[in-house]
Amino acid sequence: MRNPQLNANGELTHLLTLEGLPAEVIRRILDTAVPFTSIGERDVKKVPLLRGRSVFNLFFENSTRTRTTFEIAAKRLSADVINLNIGASSTTKGETLLDTVDNLVAMNADMFVVRHSQSGAPHLIAAHLNRTGRTHVHVVNAGDGRHAHPTQGLLDLFTIRHYKKDFTGLTVAIVGDILHSRVARSLIHGLTTMGTPEVRVVGPQTLLPTAVESLGVRVCHDLRAGLVGCDVVVMLRLQNERMKGALLPSAGEFFKHYGLTPEKLALAKPDAIVMHPGPMNRGVEIDSAVADGDHAVILPQVTFGIAVRMAVMSMVAGN
Amino acid sequence: MNGFNGNADGLRGAQREAVAGLPDAGTALAELIERMKGAVAFDAKFVGIYSGGAWLAERLAEAIPGNHPVGYIDASFYRDDYARKGLKPEVHATRLPFEIEGATIVLVDDVLYTGRSVRAAINELFDYGRPASIELAVLVDRGGRELPIEATYVGARLVVARELSVVLSRAADGTLALATETSSEPRHA
Repeated sequence: MRNPQLNANGELTHLLTLEGLPAEVIRRILDTAVPFTSIGERDVKKVPLLRGRSVFNLFFENSTRTRTTFEIAAKRLSADVINLNIGASSTTKGETLLDTVDNLVAMNADMFVVRHSQSGAPHLIAAHLNRTGRTHVHVVNAGDGRHAHPTQGLLDLFTIRHYKKDFTGLTVAIVGDILHSRVARSLIHGLTTMGTPEVRVVGPQTLLPTAVESLGVRVCHDLRAGLVGCDVVVMLRLQNERMKGALLPSAGEFFKHYGLTPEKLALAKPDAIVMHPGPMNRGVEIDSAVADGDHAVILPQVTFGIAVRMAVMSMVAGN
Repeated sequence: MNGFNGNADGLRGAQREAVAGLPDAGTALAELIERMKGAVAFDAKFVGIYSGGAWLAERLAEAIPGNHPVGYIDASFYRDDYARKGLKPEVHATRLPFEIEGATIVLVDDVLYTGRSVRAAINELFDYGRPASIELAVLVDRGGRELPIEATYVGARLVVARELSVVLSRAADGTLALATETSSEPRHA
């Protein structure tokens, strides 16, 4: 079966996951994002690429940052943006996901940016649109369940490439709650596709998915060992709202073992960068001295995220 | 379309006969420099359209007396064929290291054909500010305009069959060369 994200010419028409996305497509997205970074610095922070197109932000799960950056990205491309915070209310009226989508297509939607707590929801919508011949309508996954968050993965790759130029000599550690993290999954797929020789995942056994090694990563349960010689350290948010049962003794205990402090960061390379997808829990996974320190590139990640989302939207909408 | 001999009054471009076959790029550049000398404002800022126009803008800035800072523009985000062709694979970052507001600008491109790239570049310039004036310098004018756009300074005029595209290339030693390519109307032209 054809990759549902690509059209018959192998061009990106939906963005659902970084898994299985060819390296040249990822590289092209990153390259296209570069000229978009300067648009935010101009007097007129807009280009007319998506003028007259309607982008529907379809968020079935709460999000402020991701929704806002998608909204800014779409507006800087001159699209009309409609935000639908559906939450739980749509299901209470009994409408199915695909009926909701069909109704919005009937309102001439050109693109859906979808966040859903169920893994696979954006894929379901894209497959439905493809199957019913509405290939002019595009889907961008803004995070589905524990599955994927491809634009976050891409902005992480963009940030790493911006500071480190190339992936082929890098050691990257992804630290913390890997189990609940779609950010980690997308980044791991992206890093391995781009030829990163060493990707480590660091966390307690209870917060690592079983058989995570099968993704091509090295597992460390000790943060100090995991940080030695790293070029890039990616700290993940401890997702308390997703924790069921006793995965952790306490947040304080977690910080003691897996919180990034200046002293532990010193084990990484002197020019290591520290990333975090946000929102940060200071004093839980990251010490304020690190979050506000010279190694942190957490705020540039946010700025780059807009350019990367502009690149993705302008590429899928043109294909 | 009457781009070959029907230039509006006041344009300083040459009223030459179009030549069949390709001119030498170096000769055309020398001719373009000749036409611009003394005509271009002393403080005009040169903005090259990627890629060919960018190389030319650098050459012109060296050769033409005055103080001519160079900027670069890639108007891919302003093109009118996005809906048909999508975004082209390689987009360069526009870099304009000077104020556009109130500036005298000379846009520089290698080949003037339909006029659509120039239209896109002018639109992008205005998102940086309101220039005092914009002139257009091109190495070759091959006619075929689809918009009411004419060059102020022209290095050479030529006639080429519609199915051919005229391409400027730059060798490692900086030598410029013109060639024709059969354009199969690629999706990302």
